[in-house]
Amino acid sequence: MINIEIDGKKIATESGSTVIEAAHEAGIYIPHFCYHKKLSIAANCRMCLVEVEKAPKPLPACATPVAEGMKVHTNSAQAVKAQKGVMEFLLVNHPLDCPICDQGGECELQDLAVGYGASASRYQEEKRVVLPKDIGPLVSAEEMSRCINCTRCVRFGQEIGGQMELGQAFRGEHAEIMSFLGEQVDSELSGNMIDLCPVGALTSKPFRYTARSWELSRRRSVSPHDGMGSNLAVQVKDNRVMRVLPLENEEINECWLSDKDRFSYEALSAPERLTRPMVRQDGKWQEVSWQVALEYVANGLSQISGGAGAAHIGALATPHSTLEELYLLQKLLRGIGSSNVDFRLRQSDFSMDGKQAGVPWLGMPLAEINNADRFLLVGSFLRKDHPLLASRVRQAVKHGAQANVVHSADDDLLMHVANKAIVAPDAMVDLLAQILKALATEKQASVDAAVQGVSVGSEAAAIAASLAQGKNVAVLLGNFAQQHPQAAQLQLLAQQIATLAGGKFGFLGEAANSVGGYLAQAVPGAAGLNAGAMLAAPRKAYLLLNTEVELDCHDPQQAQAAMYAADMVVALSAYKHHASDYADVLLPIAPFTETSGTFINTEGRVQSFKGTVKPLGEARPAWKVLRVLGNLLKLPGFDYDDSESVRDEALGGVAVAGKLNNGLSGITLQLPSAASSGLQRVSDVPIYAADAVVRRAASLQATHDAAVPRAVMHGEELKKLNLPPGSEVKLSQGAGSVRLNVAADDRLPLGVVRVAAGHAATAQLGAMFGTIVVEATSGSGA
Amino acid sequence: MLSDQIQEKINRELKKYPADQKQSAVMAALRFVQDEKGWISNDDMADVAAFLDMPHMAVYEVATFYHMYNLRPMGKHMLTVCTNLSCQLMGANETMDYLKQKLGIGLGEVTADGKFGLREGECMGACVDAPLFTINNKRMCGHLNAEKIDQILAELDSGKSGGQP
Repeated sequence: MINIEIDGKKIATESGSTVIEAAHEAGIYIPHFCYHKKLSIAANCRMCLVEVEKAPKPLPACATPVAEGMKVHTNSAQAVKAQKGVMEFLLVNHPLDCPICDQGGECELQDLAVGYGASASRYQEEKRVVLPKDIGPLVSAEEMSRCINCTRCVRFGQEIGGQMELGQAFRGEHAEIMSFLGEQVDSELSGNMIDLCPVGALTSKPFRYTARSWELSRRRSVSPHDGMGSNLAVQVKDNRVMRVLPLENEEINECWLSDKDRFSYEALSAPERLTRPMVRQDGKWQEVSWQVALEYVANGLSQISGGAGAAHIGALATPHSTLEELYLLQKLLRGIGSSNVDFRLRQSDFSMDGKQAGVPWLGMPLAEINNADRFLLVGSFLRKDHPLLASRVRQAVKHGAQANVVHSADDDLLMHVANKAIVAPDAMVDLLAQILKALATEKQASVDAAVQGVSVGSEAAAIAASLAQGKNVAVLLGNFAQQHPQAAQLQLLAQQIATLAGGKFGFLGEAANSVGGYLAQAVPGAAGLNAGAMLAAPRKAYLLLNTEVELDCHDPQQAQAAMYAADMVVALSAYKHHASDYADVLLPIAPFTETSGTFINTEGRVQSFKGTVKPLGEARPAWKVLRVLGNLLKLPGFDYDDSESVRDEALGGVAVAGKLNNGLSGITLQLPSAASSGLQRVSDVPIYAADAVVRRAASLQATHDAAVPRAVMHGEELKKLNLPPGSEVKLSQGAGSVRLNVAADDRLPLGVVRVAAGHAATAQLGAMFGTIVVEATSGSGA
Repeated sequence: MLSDQIQEKINRELKKYPADQKQSAVMAALRFVQDEKGWISNDDMADVAAFLDMPHMAVYEVATFYHMYNLRPMGKHMLTVCTNLSCQLMGANETMDYLKQKLGIGLGEVTADGKFGLREGECMGACVDAPLFTINNKRMCGHLNAEKIDQILAELDSGKSGGQP
């Protein structure tokens, strides 16, 4: 510890920290613009100049390391004179357009100018003009003359986002922030640059000119998208969500948000919102009252359970639903005598059901990811599926951790990847077996007899060698691995690898409630049919909670066939969607901002939130809808007054931590005998296609990430099929086919076609995995 | 694409730096490009970025920061006249005026035949030779007067001597 004195206050601080850190820790504010606790030190704004005794001139507090006995004055005549001088220079070129600036009212420059600026400018000359830039649909760079060149946005891209899309070109008077050749900023974390910008140079394009910061009330919420459960500050005006900002939580999202979390709010007031209950009568949709709609549903369910039997009723929910909704959905189903309820809609291997020791989870707290020194990432589109978790892995790699990747696609993770094995989906199990065998050799341990027969390739050996040196190993299964048809085998192998390496094993939760769904018991158990089975063997009635079957299910073809064949489909949805073709009742439910609820994130953290605005139109929180439905069906125990009592019942007063367990018993390792023939499908769920809300967020849909999917293959495969890149092809699976343009990506393994799932353009295809036929269409290729 | 010669030169440069800090060679790499082509196009910057495993924008930052990198063609022989104080006192303005009149171009311009480009530069640390200009940032000519300028231009025009000293 080092003892210093700031403004007469004695402070003991850690060696290596800077004056500004020591001051902030002690509650002494030093004005600054370019300094940010999460970014590297630039010391280019000079606003934090302070007087240090025995130093010949004022020093920048952000770049001055503390030294024993240092005496700092942040408020002395010399310091204040320096700070005022800096402010005068900053204002020389800054336009005086605060009244029409979107940042007005929450501008760091504006705030500090009150304290340090003069009432009039001595500068009479012309101010410099920096031309506006178009850097994409999310971040506005229309008023770059406001930029004070602090370079926070540039450093964010380099250090946190992992890609340097913005830079400071030219020099001195001519310096300006821009992208290379005016390219669009594509980072999935780009919105954070808006928060970081201390002035109104980078502003939010969707939010611009819609409200002033002081008109907004600020309410806490939790992101309903990925498994992270990022904390949100939802800002509301006139009962409408105007924008979403991060709520700092060092253990989850730190001070960041992914663009998905930040900009998805636009969908909350999208024109596709379903605002009145609707019933189909004689093939025509009629708007009806809640009473009529719910009685229709209750009667329908009673008839089917009384006739064909309750086992002919199934319920499918997305893991983006709240704990309360999922709990009441399964309670309702079980109440009428069916256990056919599931939220794992994109999963295809259910062989682990009944053999799990507890609820599958991340296997460690999120914050611990930063401390791992070896990663094995199995089957994960990490950057797009878990943008902020990827950023934590990136930080760890930056501090010396080694990332090892086993996957069927080789997307740029924007970090150094030590070793990778990119193989077709049906070779993944074998590859993990190779790693396990190689690791056992490294550790001189015995392994499962089943893996003795595999021959270890160089990639697997390299990964095993990397893991063997680790002191803090994390083996993580991504969405792709969890959706894989041999997910249980992958889990078994990954777990054994983690055990051998003395590390931790976990699942990267796909959605906000991937853990919560299990705790809500929204799984079939031994008595019921899982998500796959209840579509493979069609039911007479389906309840859909937030689910768009053609986009949310593992096999959209099969799911749609089941829907069209059913006698009754009830869709509880915040949006009008494709269900209007096959459903009988549409019930408007509230999205996350209009209901109270709970998400349990991938690390098992229970986060409850309240509604931030009133439900739109006649939409109602789904937990209330399900409660009333339970009452109408005269089921016992459906008299809840609030969502908290539903949550408390769902969690049963037992700590969640005790229920989290990735253990698996009773599954034997079975390595696949031979590789399948034909082209295999590799499916990612594009970042802005993953759930109902984000699909309707207009600005996110205008990004490159939301472009229409293409069929991507290795260049050799294209040659074999005689297809020029860019040509249109017909892709067929089962009875359905779609037409997409092809693209070449030589980082993909041979024998696969990458076709996105979760997108309307591919909804007529079959399962996310398995064989797929690619043919040239007339007028393209050969 | 970067020519084989440029790649070879960059590779030689890279030996001076640790293997994981390839970007240290960016300034040299840009210089090699300019030596060969006379200027650095955006495509060249992208190529240098790919070669050194750097973000495009980081190369662009460097290329736009330094005055001596040409971001557009500046003629076969680019004359950079120092216009700082010492040179000015010794007649840099007359030198500049004479060059403008003789070549028929203004500052930052290139003659129609693409042979000569004219720009002003900052102090080159050779005030003893003032007034002076450099040819293609390589060869420095001092103690300039009309006669000497005529002689240098004629020499360059006849192609006897390139920009190299």
